[in-house]
Amino acid sequence: MSRLASGGRIDRSRPLSFRFNGTPYRGYAGDTLASALLANDVGVVAKSVTYGRPRGIFTAGVEEPNALVQVGNETMVRATQLELVEGLDAIGLNGRGRLATEPDGNRYDKFHSHCEVLVIGGGRAGITAALNAAQTGDRVILVDEQAELGGRLLGAGWTDWLADSVAKLESAPNVRLLTRATAFGHYDQNLVLIAQQLPTGGRLWQVRAKRVVLATGAHERPVIFANNDRPGIMLAGAARTYVNRYGVAPGKRAVIFTNNDSTDAVAAALKRAGITVEALVDVRAGEAVVDTLADKFPSPSGGGQGGGLYGVLIAPLTGNRPLHEIQCDLLCVSGGFNPTLHLFSQAQGRLRYEEGLACFVPDAAPPNVEVVGAAAGDLGGRGQGAIMPYWVVPSDGQEWSNHYVDLERDVTVADVRRALGAGMRSVEHVKRFTTIGTGSDQGKTAGINETAIIAAQLGQPVGAVGVTTFRPPYVPVPFGLMAGRNRGDLFDPIRVTAIHPWHVARGAVFENVGQWKRPWYFPRAGEDMDSAVFRECRAAREGVAVMDASTLGKIDIQGPDATEFLNRIYTNAFDKLKVGSCRYGLMCKADGMVFDDGVVMHLEPDRWHATTTTGGAAAVLDWMEEWLQTEWPDLKVRLTSVTDHWADVAVVGPRSRDVVRALFPGLDLSPENFPFMAIRNGETAGIPVRLHRITFSGELAYELWTPSWYGLALWETVMAAGQPFGITPYGTETMHVLRAEKGYIICGQETDGTVTPQDLGMSWIVSKKKAFIGQRSHRRTDAIRPDRKQLVGLLPVDGDQLLPEGAQLVLQPNGAAPRKMVGHVTSSYRSATLGRTFALAMLQSGRERLGSTVYAPLNGHVVQATVTEPIFYDKENLRRDS
Amino acid sequence: MLIPCPWCGDREDIEFKYGGSAQVAYPADPASVDDATWARFVFFHPNPKGKMPERWVHIAGCRRWFNLVRDTVTHEITPP
Repeated sequence: MSRLASGGRIDRSRPLSFRFNGTPYRGYAGDTLASALLANDVGVVAKSVTYGRPRGIFTAGVEEPNALVQVGNETMVRATQLELVEGLDAIGLNGRGRLATEPDGNRYDKFHSHCEVLVIGGGRAGITAALNAAQTGDRVILVDEQAELGGRLLGAGWTDWLADSVAKLESAPNVRLLTRATAFGHYDQNLVLIAQQLPTGGRLWQVRAKRVVLATGAHERPVIFANNDRPGIMLAGAARTYVNRYGVAPGKRAVIFTNNDSTDAVAAALKRAGITVEALVDVRAGEAVVDTLADKFPSPSGGGQGGGLYGVLIAPLTGNRPLHEIQCDLLCVSGGFNPTLHLFSQAQGRLRYEEGLACFVPDAAPPNVEVVGAAAGDLGGRGQGAIMPYWVVPSDGQEWSNHYVDLERDVTVADVRRALGAGMRSVEHVKRFTTIGTGSDQGKTAGINETAIIAAQLGQPVGAVGVTTFRPPYVPVPFGLMAGRNRGDLFDPIRVTAIHPWHVARGAVFENVGQWKRPWYFPRAGEDMDSAVFRECRAAREGVAVMDASTLGKIDIQGPDATEFLNRIYTNAFDKLKVGSCRYGLMCKADGMVFDDGVVMHLEPDRWHATTTTGGAAAVLDWMEEWLQTEWPDLKVRLTSVTDHWADVAVVGPRSRDVVRALFPGLDLSPENFPFMAIRNGETAGIPVRLHRITFSGELAYELWTPSWYGLALWETVMAAGQPFGITPYGTETMHVLRAEKGYIICGQETDGTVTPQDLGMSWIVSKKKAFIGQRSHRRTDAIRPDRKQLVGLLPVDGDQLLPEGAQLVLQPNGAAPRKMVGHVTSSYRSATLGRTFALAMLQSGRERLGSTVYAPLNGHVVQATVTEPIFYDKENLRRDS
Repeated sequence: MLIPCPWCGDREDIEFKYGGSAQVAYPADPASVDDATWARFVFFHPNPKGKMPERWVHIAGCRRWFNLVRDTVTHEITPP
């Protein structure tokens, strides 16, 4: 055991049991997994990713590149940040982590918060800044990644000041303290994202701050030498932290290797802990650690496997370099400190290389961002003192291939030299070529050393080479935290109609249409989809069928200028449409391409309802509002979405009149008095209903609208009245087959934003007498090309073959690829009515090709089809108008 | 990015929908312009590096359209 007899901030009254790689160990509350492993003399924690080299604990915090472990489904957890809890079961990574096979079972949520001052970092500088800000009465948030505030002070001796300051902050009503919370993203106008760990998961804080104070401290960096990756080699400040904060001796015989004064305090701490300091090797005194030796036998630091640190080789920096060897099991390294400026850079702050400090410091700060303490280059607290910039120790006769620059990515000086040899010059290119800085630690201990190596090789100043761009997230963040509660059913709103419970009870199979759940088909026992759809289609064509059409988009349009507004929006005219009548309308974007369609109902002199496609409702309302507000503010028109206000029950088929008569015995339903496209009002079973003779099947049909509250009651009333006639519920698939047999388009299926009304053969709906959006585009040269794709029907020569939707069409059955593609299939179904398959397609010069043959080359076979008119059923509309 | 809605004040950008350049006027009489003029309105929009007058709509808020000037490099927003 290497636990010291006393000292540290661990709670020795609360021992904890944990397992590492299956072996049981003991630690204390207040330990991290790293400190507990060191206390149990476990030196090797993981194997490196590329070379499988044994790796130990290198740091005492977020910058750890080596000691990565897996805990349950969580992979690449830093042992230096993992709080020890009773029963913790961790496994050291063997190179890579293991992807979770189960969904993340943790609970995550999101908080939005605002404050005047957000202080990031709870060390001396951050606590001081928060205390000052709190006195003004401003709302202050202080965030720190560790379980308790104090930062580096937790491993130093400022306990009284710390306890006093934290007590003041805790009692201030305008201060919120977030611990175990890492600010990982700093965006425009001081939006800061913070990942907070909670016992059962985490919380994502999205804080918008008037002012951000970055008190993010500094990360120590190593000097690079041969075999600088062995377990037992540790940043000097980390060794001090393990002694002072955790009461652990990370070794018995230590060598310190440094280029600055901060290691004086480290040496003192080690000595107090009873660790022998065998040598203090200082490049300022002209010598350096050149190489290290591995323990060939199982040893405490090697974790029983060998590979731990056995000793170091020391040599003068110049001269003929006689080496001398010193045995040790701990090597404490300090190459200086890098101010932690990841967030500062994310927020577009600029950095500048400070020769005297041998590090990058903040230069131009972004608006309302302030940097304080070590992050601002004030390294006095670290005791850096006079530093001699020194990055890599050369070693004679070596290929640089065991001088590790990025420990997590297993990248060496040799790799950097290879990148430069291949012509890379920019630090960004070298990063991508070598992968330095692309590990989950983002190269926190590697980045500046990479820059210095490049600078030395290219003979440039370090500041001219610069650093790579820092990007969020500063630490790895679970996807579950990003998602928060937006998982499963809460991922996206689910919209259901008033009639939905009935569909569920009858075993409907649903499909998603936008956010709506719509019945796709209603299978009976033993039926597959094809046979259910056949049966539903037959019912609609031969008897009576019923569909829930409530999802149609509905816009209430009111105002004295509503008619003029509709005339400008739709391609066809509405000024002659009488109250109590409907008209199908088509609308285009300014480029003349079809955008959406639907039936428009004239309800009162100044009031209309426009229906839209189910998926297009929001876009159509936005489109109408845009024109009203930006181009036609003089029009007196108001728009309201009423999609959810109405339920819509479509009663369809030659027997539909019988059902509607049974429901509304007082209404004159004769074709003369309630013709196609007319609207009537009625009431059945106490339910108010607006009846419309509208059809999307080509059959005699009625759409019955009622306020949503009555929707389910109306549906059940219709089902009861229709029962003697064999009324059959049907879903969207049957709706598609029926409408395609009639050649009715669906916007978004036949059209894709490149199709004009004329391409669809719908010139009849394009007014020549009034102006509408997109009209001018229909005269463009491109819009009147004769070889545009036009809507046609296709009948596969083999009526059993079904063309896949999206299939490309060619004119020759054989030939070398690529063959000219002349069109594509937009809709394709098996038709009960036709007794065969059929399709709709967009085909170049399609109307000139009627009667000709096209081919769809598919995977392994070719489907041959005859081009037809895009209407397969009741061309004369006798059934619709009956 | 915070966008200043003239009616609601500063709001997160996710509440808004982008409406493109504010410098492309709808021709007063589309029927009378030639193909090239019409095509410039439909297809050619400025895309400067720097200050750009833009149209936005507070689509998840008050649903009002308005103009602003955004610097496409810095996202700095100034009144139109």
